[in-house]
Order: sequence, then C-alpha cells, then structure tokens
Amino acid sequence: MTTSKKNTLITLVTLAVVTVVFLICQVGINTGAPWMTSTLKGQLVNICAWIMMAVSLNLVVGISGELSLGHAGFMSVGAFTAIIIASWLKRGKGMDSSWLRFVISAVAAVGISGLLGFLIGIPVLRLRGDYLAIVTLAFGQIISNVIRLLYVTVETDTGALHMALKLGTGTPKLSGKDVIKGAQGAMRMPQDSTFVIGFILVIITLIVVFNLTNSRSGRAIKAIRDNRIAAEAMGLKVTKYKLMAFVTGSALAGLAGALYGLNQSSLQAGFFEYTKSIEVLVYVVLGGIGTVPGSIVSATALTILPEVLRAFSEYRMLIYAVFLILVMILTNNPHTRMFFRSLRTRIFGRTDEEKRRDRL
Amino acid sequence: MAQFLEALINGISLGSLYAIIALGYSMVYGIAKMLNFAHGDVIMVGGYIVFIVLNNMGMPAALAIPAAMLVCVALGITIEGLAYRPLRQATSLAVLITAIGVSYFLQNAAQLIWGANPRFFTIMNYGNIPVSLGKDQFNISVGKLCSVGVSVVIMLGLSFFTGKTKMGKSMRAVSEDRGAAELMGINVNRTIALTFAIGSALAGVAGAMLVGVYGVQLSPTTGAMPGIKAFTAAVFGGIGSIPGAMIGGILIGVIEILVGTFISTDLKDALTFAVLIIMLVVKPTGLLGKPIREKV
Repeated sequence: MTTSKKNTLITLVTLAVVTVVFLICQVGINTGAPWMTSTLKGQLVNICAWIMMAVSLNLVVGISGELSLGHAGFMSVGAFTAIIIASWLKRGKGMDSSWLRFVISAVAAVGISGLLGFLIGIPVLRLRGDYLAIVTLAFGQIISNVIRLLYVTVETDTGALHMALKLGTGTPKLSGKDVIKGAQGAMRMPQDSTFVIGFILVIITLIVVFNLTNSRSGRAIKAIRDNRIAAEAMGLKVTKYKLMAFVTGSALAGLAGALYGLNQSSLQAGFFEYTKSIEVLVYVVLGGIGTVPGSIVSATALTILPEVLRAFSEYRMLIYAVFLILVMILTNNPHTRMFFRSLRTRIFGRTDEEKRRDRL
Repeated sequence: MAQFLEALINGISLGSLYAIIALGYSMVYGIAKMLNFAHGDVIMVGGYIVFIVLNNMGMPAALAIPAAMLVCVALGITIEGLAYRPLRQATSLAVLITAIGVSYFLQNAAQLIWGANPRFFTIMNYGNIPVSLGKDQFNISVGKLCSVGVSVVIMLGLSFFTGKTKMGKSMRAVSEDRGAAELMGINVNRTIALTFAIGSALAGVAGAMLVGVYGVQLSPTTGAMPGIKAFTAAVFGGIGSIPGAMIGGILIGVIEILVGTFISTDLKDALTFAVLIIMLVVKPTGLLGKPIREKV
C-alpha cells in the first residue's frame, strides 16, 4: 500500500470510528442506558474540547516538531472571546438562537486566537527546542495574567459592550451587567455548547488537520521537522510552513476554547495556566507523537480516567503520576523496547518491514 | 529615591533566591540536557523538611537547613536513578514528560503526607538594618541580606568546583560531549547523579530560604511558581552557564520587584515574562549562553 493510500485509509477509519462512537453515545443518552452515567454525560462536551486540544497540539508538536507549552493560552483566548461575544449577543442584542450565537462566537474565537498565534508565532518560531518551549510557556502565562485583569460588562437595554483592564489598585467601574469580572472570571454566560456541536467541531478539527498533514504543505512541514537545513536547501520557506502549522494549531485551540467556555457555568483565567498546557501535552505524548488517532484515544481516556478512579479518591493523582512515568520508561527504554519487540515477533511473527530488512 | 533603593535591594535579594534555584536547573540542563520540571517540587519538599525540623521538632535553624539539604539530595539521586536514568537515550520530549510525572508524583505525595492546607511559617527574624537617606528611612532585613551572601558564595563555590576540581572537569566534559567523555573513562552515570545531587542540595537551601526568609506559605504546589521563575532566569542568563544563572536570577528578581512596586502588582508576572521573551528574541541563547553550532 502506498503512503498516500494508507493516509487516506487512516483518515477515513478515524472519522468513521469517531462518528460511530458519537452515535453510540447519542443512543445511550436517548435511551437512558445505565452506562451513560450523569457524570459521563456532563463530561461529553469537555471530552470533545480536550480531543480538539490534543489533536491541534499534535499538529504543532508532532507534525511540526515545535515543543509548545502555551497551548492552553490560545484555548483561553478562544474561550473568553466566545464568552464575551455570546453574552453580548444574548444579553445585549437579545439573540435567542443558541446555534447562531455559538457559530458567531466560535468564528470570532477562531479569528482572534489565530491572529494571536500569528503575532506570537513570528518571533517565537525563530527559536529552537527548549527555548521555544519556555517562550511559549511565558506567552501562555502572560495571556492568563492579562485575562485575569479583564473586566467586561454589557448593558442589557442598549446592547453596549464595555471593557477595561485593571492596572492600578481599584477595580474598574463599568456600567451594565458583569460578563467577566477580573480574577473571579466569567459567569452567567449562555451555555450554548452541546454534544452535537462538540462532535461537529471534532470532525472539523480532524478534517483540517488530516487535510493539512496529507497535503503538499503538510509534507513540507514534516520535511522541515525532520531536517530543517536540508528542507531549506530544497527551497522550502521554513518560516511560512512553521507559521502555517502554528497558526492552524492555535486557531483550533481557540475553537476548542469556545466549545469549552460555552459549556461551563463559570470560568476563571487561572484555569488555563501552564499546567493545563502540560496536561494536553501529556495527552499528545501518551497517545503517540504525530499520530492523530492516538491523541483522540488518550485525550478521551485521560479525561474519563480521573472520574473512574474516584474510588481511590486521594490516591488517584499519585497513581496517574506513577502510570505516566512507567509508560514513558517502558516505551522509551531501549531494553524494554527490545523486550516488547521480541514479544511481538513471538506472537505475531515478523512484520513486512522486518522481513525486508532481514533480506538486505 | 528611598523607595527605589528599597525595591532594588528587595529585588536583588529575591533574585538571589531565584539564582540559587536557577543554578540547579542550569547545571542539570547543561549536563543531562533535560528540563527537570520536578526541580520546583524538590524545593517544596525541602521547605517541608525545614518546617518539620524547626517548628514541629523545635530544632535550631543550623540543623534544619542541612537536614533539608540531605533529604533533597537523597530525593534527587533517587529520582534520577529510578526515573531519568532508564531514559538516557530517549528523546528529550519523553524525558520532559517523565519529569512532569515526577513533579505530579511529588506534589501529590506531599499532599497525602502533609495535607493540602497551606502552613504558615514563623519567619526567622534576624533583625533589620535601618538605613536613612536624607529624610527617608527604610529597613533592610538581615535575613534577606544573608540570602544574597549565601547565593554569591554558592556561585563562587560552584564556579571553582566545575573549573578546578577533577569531578567538575568530568562534569564539563560530559556536558560537552557525553560519548567522548565516556570513551575517556569518565563514569557518565555517576557524573550525572552527582549533578543531580548538587542541584538538589541547592534546592534544599532554596526551600529553606523560601519559607524561612521570604515567608512563603507552604503547600504542595509552593515550589511550582518559583521553579518556573527560576527556570526563566536560567534561560535568561543562558542555560548551562553558572554566572549566567546568577545574573539571570538577580535580573529577574529586580525586574519583578521594580515592576510590582512602580507599575502594577497584578502585571508583574506578565511583564517579567515579556522581558524574557524580548531578551530571547534579541539574543536567542540568553545573556551568557554559548551560540549553538549546527552541523549539516
């Protein structure tokens, strides 16, 4: 099978599996199946948002090879943009259709976070490796710090929107009803996200990422990741392709933020600190860097896992930490890798790849 | 003027704390080529040990700090041996995730052992030196002044150690080229373990200073933010360089306090990070970092 055929197959199978799982969950909700517990039902939209985050970070870290530790920053920009727009449309303009509200605020969220990704990407992508990681982390912290100082109100009768940043000691005095109140965060926003919307957005994310990675640009991005100097010598514009992956990743993170933000009853900027970016990075690495289906599975599993481990209550994070360390050691240590490989050959026999290598 | 001077001195003293943490980060990065995300949590453990020895057991401070250092060294060597050593040949991302796992582990273990509620520490008070400047007057805390002295001594000691002693030379050799160092008969694993031991001992000192001199309340996540700040400082000064970590730490501390005093307390983190970004964009390897050569 050629690589392009294989990629198309992976794309189609992934989309099909996601759709089937969605349909099963929908049936579970409609029939009130016992496995569809109320906690799981409450998590469905969040799971969709974290899948989108993991897939979009995978585009940046796996496909483009840039270690970003500020991905949650873009999510928070998307979330708060969507919250402002949706609250304004509902409470200021009296728009009743939650679908329309969601679409408009999601478009705004994608636009703003994509633009921010572009502005941040230009200086950041000049840096390499760990320096890039620390600068993206710094940007994520700056974003969360600035949003913590943001005050937004909307006037319900005129529909006017007021915004101010708290810079001095006193909190800004704005007329109208609070939408975002500094460190207390956003409250009383319209909860427009639904599981159906979440599913559609996951599909959109997957199509965007698969399309980009399997296109000419995607091959250029991967070539730059594997060997920047060689790719540059072949005439590829390094900055352009790196920016392409970074901006797409941040725009999709903004979209995930819109979905997440409009699913909560209240949301603080502190939620999106660097620890959240790291959590998403853990999803990506555990799922397998560069593989989209892996990101989907690990984001889903690791969002549900804490709920399942509730029984162990205080030990669950400790178990999670040990699990994380063990998985990293078992999958990366040369000795254990050798062991797994020999185990696989004993059970399944040699793969085509290995047979070919043996013949040489 | 007096306000500025006071802020400057406070900044230098906070910076010297960052510098001690940054030295640990920087050495580990230089030699093991890994971002040790768990470094901040080792500091937290050091803080708890000082708390227990001083407040619960009623021992003097002269005993608490060595105790914290000892526990941190043991912890550092254990972490290195169990979690990082099996990943010597792995990609840097795999090591980073493992370090994050270790960080989660330490935070949650601390929460199980000592509880999640923050503990307030009776600050060691060594008195103040009143300074008068014309009409203005302000106090300099002796404890904070000592922390500057401690960090300078540590920096000089480390510079001497890496520059002159045989162990230090082997550390530099490993950081330069691990493979070649091994061929020259240097025990790479032992050298890296030694680096972790030194870094963790510094973390122990930093933990004692953090809770003892600066009165930071103690909770399982106490170490995270100073850890990130100090890491920023290490990168700022050029990661891997000992004087760089010192200068970076002091600059970050001074910037943070000056911004907090004169611009906005709420914006101090944002502006500190903004300075770091500008710095790295202008000089991508930090203040004293060596330029990375690329071979084709």
